[in-house]
Amino acid sequence: MMFAPAPFLLKDASVSQVMTQVCLALVPGIAAYAWLVGPAILVQLVIASLAAVAAEAAMLKLRGKPLAMFLADGSAIVTAWLIALTFPPLAPWWLVVTGTVFAIVVAKHLYGGLGQNPFNPAMVAFAVCIVSFPALMSQWPSVGLKMPLLEQLDIILGLMPRADALTGATPLDAMKTALKLGDGQIDVAQLLANQDIYGNFAGRGWEWVAAGYLLGGLWLWQRKLITWHAPFAFIAAIVAISGGLWLYRPDAFASPLFHLLSGGTLLGAFFIVTDPVSGCTTPRGKLIFGFSAGLLAYIIRVFGGYPDGVAFAVLLMNLSAPLIDQLTQPRIFGMKGKQP
Amino acid sequence: MLMNLFKFKGGVKPPTNKTQSTGRPIAAAPLPSHLAVPLHQSIGGTPRPVVAVGDKVLKGQLIGEADGWISAAVHAPTSGTVVAVGPGKQPHPSGLDADCVFIEPDGRDEWIARQPFDLVNATPDAVRHYLQQSGVVGLGGAVFPTHGKLTPAKTVPMQELVINGAECEPFITCDDLLMRERAIDIVRGIGVFRDLLQPQKVLIGIEDNKPEAAAAMRAAVEACGEDFVVVQVPTLYPAGGAKQLIRVLTGKEVPAAKRSTDLGVQCFNVATAYTAWRAIAHGEPVVSRIVTLTGNVRQPGNYEVLIGTPMDELLQLAQPNPDTDGIVMGGPMMGFLVPEPAVPVIKATNCLIAHSERLFPPKAPEMPCIRCGACAQACPHELQPFELYWHARAKDFGKTQQYHIFDCIECGCCSFVCPSRIPLVQYFRFAKSEIWAREKEKKAADEAKTRFEFKQFREEREKAEKAEKLAKAAAAQAAKKAAEAAAAAAAGDAPAVAVAEKPADLTVDPAEAAKKAAIAAAMARAKAQREAAQPKNTDALTPEQARDMAEIEARRVQAGIADAPAEAAAAPTATKTEE
Ligand code: SF4
Ligand code: SF4
Repeated sequence: MMFAPAPFLLKDASVSQVMTQVCLALVPGIAAYAWLVGPAILVQLVIASLAAVAAEAAMLKLRGKPLAMFLADGSAIVTAWLIALTFPPLAPWWLVVTGTVFAIVVAKHLYGGLGQNPFNPAMVAFAVCIVSFPALMSQWPSVGLKMPLLEQLDIILGLMPRADALTGATPLDAMKTALKLGDGQIDVAQLLANQDIYGNFAGRGWEWVAAGYLLGGLWLWQRKLITWHAPFAFIAAIVAISGGLWLYRPDAFASPLFHLLSGGTLLGAFFIVTDPVSGCTTPRGKLIFGFSAGLLAYIIRVFGGYPDGVAFAVLLMNLSAPLIDQLTQPRIFGMKGKQP
Repeated sequence: MLMNLFKFKGGVKPPTNKTQSTGRPIAAAPLPSHLAVPLHQSIGGTPRPVVAVGDKVLKGQLIGEADGWISAAVHAPTSGTVVAVGPGKQPHPSGLDADCVFIEPDGRDEWIARQPFDLVNATPDAVRHYLQQSGVVGLGGAVFPTHGKLTPAKTVPMQELVINGAECEPFITCDDLLMRERAIDIVRGIGVFRDLLQPQKVLIGIEDNKPEAAAAMRAAVEACGEDFVVVQVPTLYPAGGAKQLIRVLTGKEVPAAKRSTDLGVQCFNVATAYTAWRAIAHGEPVVSRIVTLTGNVRQPGNYEVLIGTPMDELLQLAQPNPDTDGIVMGGPMMGFLVPEPAVPVIKATNCLIAHSERLFPPKAPEMPCIRCGACAQACPHELQPFELYWHARAKDFGKTQQYHIFDCIECGCCSFVCPSRIPLVQYFRFAKSEIWAREKEKKAADEAKTRFEFKQFREEREKAEKAEKLAKAAAAQAAKKAAEAAAAAAAGDAPAVAVAEKPADLTVDPAEAAKKAAIAAAMARAKAQREAAQPKNTDALTPEQARDMAEIEARRVQAGIADAPAEAAAAPTATKTEE
């Protein structure tokens, strides 16, 4: 008789279920995104997914791991989607592919594959690409620009010249550049009055994408796939620091709402800092991780040279996650109220 | 009475699968063709057999005598002939043999003369002794001798006596049925425990999916004129774990390193109270218990079963389906597949589940841990199972202890929820048994060292004593000579005194030196011995050594909790869930 250990009953759960639910949770955000910039984002999702699966399969083969089992786990798809969502939607196809392949091959498999990567692969991809191709990574479709699918495809595939008029900057970047160029002459209120770029709060239409991520994140929380700690701390940090500076000099700093709804804030809060593999796992650790990542993201985004700071903030915190975890081990049953 | 209930963290809600076996009342299982009664059925010392091959025994007759205080007697479950005393297969995952008394029933099922115990005139010690002699042990699964838990802590007043009728494991319904049908005897038994422990209150915890049992117990408490409180606790596995139930009912958390009595609380299973009362009121030692037969069977139900009944024979009563491929003893969360179907029912056997792949589909292959934290959220002891797993896998056992591996009650909640299908509990059992094994090795080495050093010490001492004696004799001799000389010289020269001193000096010196040299040599030897006795360094292994270790490990993993029962004596609260 085979030796089969208890428990004999298992909950219906699998890694692919977890990953599928994460993907599902991204759908509202993706929908809003597609509505905002057109089908380009869907094309990018497909490109990234194909690249991820191909890279994953190749690496599994090289490492002599069972292909079907690990391909079905869906983790590569999650990475791919996060990359597609953080890259500019009209980025050339090879940029997305490069980022994705780098994420899967280097950030994931060279570190031991599923569950072993110390850094968030999608954030590694973003960081590598923005350092290597800063111009391409900063070209976002001009707002209000609706192009038919074929035209967008042509741009992505490089069949059409990347006319500068077609691409601009994100609201975050635009504001930073404007404030810099304005050199104290232009203030935030003036800039925000420009509804075309900044929409109601934080960039025309982008607030809807952010709302989509929020919705998906809350669903993940309700499904108990993530806990509230890291997203809460991340958002709290951004609100706290942006709020403080905004109250101090409302003409030079954007409001917390702007920061919350722009850039990768909410995507980061619910889908990036919650990554359990590269993040913290203890409740207090998650709070520290989320809060520090939020602070860093704000500082890099506002004072640093890159359009957004979430990726670098997360990577920096990934470095410290094991230590934070070690120092924040929760008290266990029967040992509360005592010193560890 | 409304009571403030507490919560424990974690827990899971597996499908309960209980209704299948609660439809019919408890039935008496027919006499089996033969019985194999293991002598070691409780935690602690193995009882010594007091019968020999060929002896005629009566039902309830003592066949194994308790060995030491933590040990409980074993009795013949029916009348018949002892056909063998010797090793037999055990219902234990290790598949190891242990001594059994094999009895061929004579079919008359004839009792010994049964004397009710005179509770009124008995001292508490006499009651405890009587329960030990009657083989009363915890029937929730931990089989700790009950009398050993009936002494209150000296310094802490007993506040609560918790009676465990939670029965949280899926499939198992033996306590449920027992409470429904025999509540009065249970309540009387609880009364005995109460008298011995003198708690301020008695709380009977029953999961709220057993309303009939709770009602029956309430009625019985009232009928007996007791003030016990029957509390329905939320159905949440493992609410029936002693520590979890204590937490839910009293808010107290008993850490692994402490006895519950140190916190003024003690916990017994309902079936234990029942058997205690049967022993006291009817003079019947524990020779049977209620067993749930369920799983892949056509006629699930509960049976009163003689200890020692072969499991496969018993399971026939429930008509297992043809695709049954094994027997699980215990529930699906903490039970185990018995090594072969004919192993005997023991006092710890609360449930037999006919196993089939239809009922318990084979597990999907193990994936790497994705650190999703589901296991930590499910762990009722608030451990970080994935960290434990990580360190157990890396064989960093020191780290596993740092992460409190011995607080793990092996409830299986973590394995239950893990999306990567990692058999986490397996790893924890493995780590525990490894640590135990190493501890044992180290202890043995330490003991050898102590013995060796003592021997050295004794030899040196004897040598020194001998030398001293010689020296004394010589000194006495010299003194005598000196005295003579002095006497002789008394009238003459004075320098004789110097002569008298000198020999004494000379005789002491060589002895001292020899002693010192011997001690130094002994210490050097002891040091060498100590170094040789150091636990093996596991960091820099040759491939051969690594392979050997891998083999040992494979065996350990195969054996599962092989070491557990023997060791559980040292850590009685560490292993089983209920009681
Ligand atoms: S539930 Fe499984 S995969 Fe998730 S953290 Fe625990 S061990 Fe890892
Ligand atoms: S088996 Fe141990 S680690 Fe796993 S949930 Fe139970 S107590 Fe926690």
